[in-house]
Amino acid sequence: MEVKVLGTGCSKCKTLYNVVEKIVRENNLEVTLTKVEDIVQIMAFNVMSLPAIVIDGEVKVKGRVPSESEIRDMLGL
Amino acid sequence: MIQQFANWLVYGIFGLDATTPLGIAVNFFFYDTIKIVLLLFVISFVMGIINAYFPIERLRQFLTSRKLYGLDYFLAALFGGITPFCSCSSVPLFIGFVKGGIPLGVTLTFLIASPLVSEVAIAMFLGSFGVRATLIYVVSGTVLSMIAGYVLGKMKLEAYLSDWVKTAQQQSNAQSEQWEAEHTSFIKRIPTIARESWGIVRGVLLYIIIGIGIGAAMHGYIPEGFFESMLNAKHWWGVPLAVILAVPMYANPASVVPIVEVFVAKGIPLGTAIAFMMAVIGLSIPEATMLKKVMTWRLIGIFFGVVTLLIIISGYLFNLVL
Repeated sequence: MEVKVLGTGCSKCKTLYNVVEKIVRENNLEVTLTKVEDIVQIMAFNVMSLPAIVIDGEVKVKGRVPSESEIRDMLGL
Repeated sequence: MIQQFANWLVYGIFGLDATTPLGIAVNFFFYDTIKIVLLLFVISFVMGIINAYFPIERLRQFLTSRKLYGLDYFLAALFGGITPFCSCSSVPLFIGFVKGGIPLGVTLTFLIASPLVSEVAIAMFLGSFGVRATLIYVVSGTVLSMIAGYVLGKMKLEAYLSDWVKTAQQQSNAQSEQWEAEHTSFIKRIPTIARESWGIVRGVLLYIIIGIGIGAAMHGYIPEGFFESMLNAKHWWGVPLAVILAVPMYANPASVVPIVEVFVAKGIPLGTAIAFMMAVIGLSIPEATMLKKVMTWRLIGIFFGVVTLLIIISGYLFNLVL
């Protein structure tokens, strides 16, 4: 699975990345997790509010930090 | 009720004397903090509900799909206020709007209103200055964003956008995108909205505490009428000086408002204070650097210049009317 956290470096974006990273690490998931901070690349996903999570190319959540259980669901846990 | 709780806590539990300055200051601190936190939660919650049903994507589609004869400026200002402001979203929003084919003036209106009229600013104003000053702030903030966007739109500034934004604008794809409704029931959405609102409160709680703390302490140490001689409405330069000092400043409204409340109590005219807060909240150096990604310095300069000028004019107007 390919997971991308989109964010320009604000505090909410960092929080989201850390939560996702923690879940991936704790469950030993086979996931390539990347942080996308470049605005030109972010805009390619057509999102207008950040932070956002992209899983396998699909924008799952944007504009808010979802709860841990929501993220677990998205990752299929 | 909040007052009774603060009395119980400060005088009953902490055992402070209600007649000492310290007792009064601590009581004031708890009363104000609790009141503002409750207000902020309620306001964010209401805005969260509106946002759940009318997200930004839908606004964009609405603005691009019909001719609105000026009403688009009003909608952009209104939704700039309702959308929870996160500085990290201003650039993607800007590009999203421009890509959608929304005129630059309307986009700029949104960009000005978004930080200026926000849930935090409204809660702080309500808690510190009451309903009348809050209404003045919100209405003038909305009108100011509309006028500024309109004026900037008339100036034909598209040439001063960053190159990659110009490319995005030319490839605008207004029609291709459809706004998709999420079919989640209202009851199911409430926990998410409440959690978001709590997130907003938690995010600014520290700023609220610092602001009210400094404000409460200053109440005791600055003599009554201290500023009257310096920044009085009678001096024509009071408003421009306050605004120009405030533009580069970057501060959370949660901290600024309680401090400015003290300045007003000690003799600064309310109009000058509102203009000062508009400039602190609406414009800042970090915002300018962020906009650098989408605009040339020249456009940022014009943008800041027009907004600053309008805030100064509104400051004079407030002082005339209030």
